[in-house]
Amino acid sequence: MKKNRRSFLHFAGGSGAVFIAAATGLLKTGIAWAAPWNKNAFEAKAVAETLKGLGASNLIDSKDISITAPDIAENGAIVPVAVTSRIPNTQSIAIIAEKNPFPLAASFDILAGADSYVSTRLKMGQTSDVRAIVKADGKFYTASKEVKVTVGGCG
Amino acid sequence: MADPMKIRATLQGDIADVRVLMRHPMETGTRKTATSVVPLHFIQSVIVQHNGRTVLDAQWSQAISRDPFLGVRVKGAKVGDKITVTWIDNKDDKRTDEVAVMAGS
Repeated sequence: MKKNRRSFLHFAGGSGAVFIAAATGLLKTGIAWAAPWNKNAFEAKAVAETLKGLGASNLIDSKDISITAPDIAENGAIVPVAVTSRIPNTQSIAIIAEKNPFPLAASFDILAGADSYVSTRLKMGQTSDVRAIVKADGKFYTASKEVKVTVGGCG
Repeated sequence: MADPMKIRATLQGDIADVRVLMRHPMETGTRKTATSVVPLHFIQSVIVQHNGRTVLDAQWSQAISRDPFLGVRVKGAKVGDKITVTWIDNKDDKRTDEVAVMAGS
């Protein structure tokens, strides 16, 4: 009898461990790539299609968006671009290099706890406007800055 | 397995200035070698977490430079808080690295 009880406990303990392992496994994959990769927007070849893919319409020009990028980029493979939005309740920031083969370079969802600022480095094929699209309170705001590229960075 | 990221998180007031340098070829799918075209290979998603809570969820294209840089600012941070960065590319390769927030100078 006692032996049975032991083996039962052992079994229960064992399956418990398996259960915990499964749960942590779930938690790990559950880091939730919240939104699926926006194929429509990223594979668009014209700015108008990109905006459609992002669901952005009725763009409002805003002075509360600042784009920090060089006036002249000597190397198109590394163009540092930073975008700061001072618009309250900024939800997302998208960066578009208008004349790239696929204009949309990146889209950042700003969640509670992050400042509405992102900084990264882009590849640019040629001289073009770099446009930021900021979504705040369901509305879309935009600003742009021209970056002259001496040597393209797509090859 | 992908190469580790370099992450630095420095406290400035109550904002952690987070700078991430990833190691990734970020191939555009158009670059040619003598014999063939190098296939598309780039980071698609990046997630930044502060003490386990997601604060930035980014989607990228192949237009982000090789060995990508990402700068974000996390609000309400304290020294010792955990900043975790995870990326996943179009070949389902992924990498997660974590640092603690350091006091600013």
